[in-house]
Amino acid sequence: MSPRGLLESSRGAQGAGRSLGMGCAAALVLALGACAPSEGPDARAAETTRAGEVAFADAPERLPPHAPARFAFGSPADDARVAMWDIDVRPDGAGLPPGSGTVEEGRQVFNVQCIACHGPTGTEGPNDRLVDTEQWDAYPTTRTVGNYWPYATTLYDYIGKAMPQLTPGILSSDQVYAVIAYILYLNEIVPEDAVMDARTLPEVVMPARDKFVVDDRVGGSGSVR
Amino acid sequence: MPRDDRSRLSRRAWITTTSGVIAAGLVKTQSDAIRLVAQEAPTPGTDPTKVPGRLVSELGSRAPGEQPRRLVRAEALSSSSRTPLADLMGTITPADLHFERHHAGVPDIRYEDHELLVHGMVDRPMVFRMSDLGRFPQVSRIQFLECSGNGGGVYSRTRMPTEVTVQALDGLLSTSEWTGVPVSTVLREVGVRPGASWILAEGGDAAVMSRSVPLDKVMEDSLLAYGQNGESLRPEQGYPLRLFNPGYEGNTSVKWLRRIEVTDRPTHTRDETSKYTDPLGDGTVRQFSLVMDAKSVITFPSYPYVLPERGWWEVRGLAWTGRGRITRVEVSTDAGRSWADAELQGPILPRSTVRFRHLFEWSGGDTMLLSRATDETGYVQPTVQQLWEARGPSTSYHQNHQRAWKIARTGEVTFGLGELV
Repeated sequence: MSPRGLLESSRGAQGAGRSLGMGCAAALVLALGACAPSEGPDARAAETTRAGEVAFADAPERLPPHAPARFAFGSPADDARVAMWDIDVRPDGAGLPPGSGTVEEGRQVFNVQCIACHGPTGTEGPNDRLVDTEQWDAYPTTRTVGNYWPYATTLYDYIGKAMPQLTPGILSSDQVYAVIAYILYLNEIVPEDAVMDARTLPEVVMPARDKFVVDDRVGGSGSVR
Repeated sequence: MPRDDRSRLSRRAWITTTSGVIAAGLVKTQSDAIRLVAQEAPTPGTDPTKVPGRLVSELGSRAPGEQPRRLVRAEALSSSSRTPLADLMGTITPADLHFERHHAGVPDIRYEDHELLVHGMVDRPMVFRMSDLGRFPQVSRIQFLECSGNGGGVYSRTRMPTEVTVQALDGLLSTSEWTGVPVSTVLREVGVRPGASWILAEGGDAAVMSRSVPLDKVMEDSLLAYGQNGESLRPEQGYPLRLFNPGYEGNTSVKWLRRIEVTDRPTHTRDETSKYTDPLGDGTVRQFSLVMDAKSVITFPSYPYVLPERGWWEVRGLAWTGRGRITRVEVSTDAGRSWADAELQGPILPRSTVRFRHLFEWSGGDTMLLSRATDETGYVQPTVQQLWEARGPSTSYHQNHQRAWKIARTGEVTFGLGELV
């Protein structure tokens, strides 16, 4: 904790911090004892945990038993405060703002805002290649919007907040929808007359969508995954 | 006159005239005299027992001859720098040498201004200032952070460099004592609603970096970290606040954390779809491959070190796993024909690095050094062939295969994996 944080701490929180710190120190000594295999460190650590100490090296830290149900630190965030920062966009369309854009409008945005980093056709770089209409069977050799991105909504989530790189967040929602329409058009995913908005964007089915599977590694001595 | 000569002269003058100065009444107290004599650094090469040393200072610095540096990949907004693993001892990474991976540079954020918004599927959406977070019961843990792109540079069947340092290869790994408040404490404060299963963590940098993390994980052991090795976070590590997910790929430990949204599904942000995913070679792409599997690297001897003579040397390195504790590290000094258990330096902490050492006698011939780690789940660090077979040629993330260092008769050490594949 920073000195400022400490200065502002209540007496109760300081006390809690101290007891946690001592628990950590005690467990560290135990863990150091673990260097000698004959010491039986696990048993001793477990004993300490049972005695109510916080075990540094083992179980996740728990609040002390006398901790209040709520500390009442912080301030309530009303809807307006949440809305100010709640900018993420999900595949189901949640978070998409009003607005719309066409492929042609997007071409103009792209040629002003994006071309320097992504090239005239979204393939030249120097930064990420955006366009590849070649699909793949076993594995990709490029990872572009056209052959790798599983959800079109991610384009809004990302471009809206983080692009263009040197002036992030300057595009209007209309411009973001438009440039997405253009990038999807370049990838032959939507037709030239497509209009992107909060309704149409989540409906776009990306070519690579069904290729994504959730991690199934679990450790253990089984086969390498 | 060169500056050095001048200061040497003046030092001699001080020493020879100190008594005269005192006699003249210019120095009234002992501390005046000490300050006069010791105000400059002793001249290198001087017998340090014959001249007083420097005075105490407000801020220390490394010995002048010690100049460890991060290896900067590129001067770009989205870039990385790597920890000089071969220069370090033990497990803790000095904060100024912790690796960096930024996607839009390092923001300047004032402690007083920073806010964390916690909302979504919660009973009470809240904003916490740093002073609020500092009041919650605090914990500290020594744990590693590794970028899942670490080691990706040598995942290629066609290009296996020999003149590569362990820093360039695996320097996107650092270990710190992280201090902060458990995420579970803050989520308890806001009240997580039934049905919630993920969070979205978002940074306040120009990339507005965001990642989805399973709620179970953050409730288990994730921290809202504001401390690193006894001081506040460095700006490059997310000052004033970062998420820290022990054992997870580094990108999920979102820096400059400004928002947590509790959700019932992942958000599928750019960095968990188009980046940090693993095409497996069978037509599928592995997503949310979050845990860092067991891995070890030999940090000494490694390129570009040259063993000056045959005889006894100690192989030293680091091992770690995102799945708990390392239980064993084996070292081979004969290109994998035989393996010996390395000594593990305790304490062996979960989701932390472990220093391993193995004494061996180099006979002066060509040989190869390898290491392989085993963790408490029984997982054994795979060979590069095993990893290629399991994952195909396309992904460069999560390259935790065994590394190898070749020792030539000349004592020159080079990266040797290319000779094993």
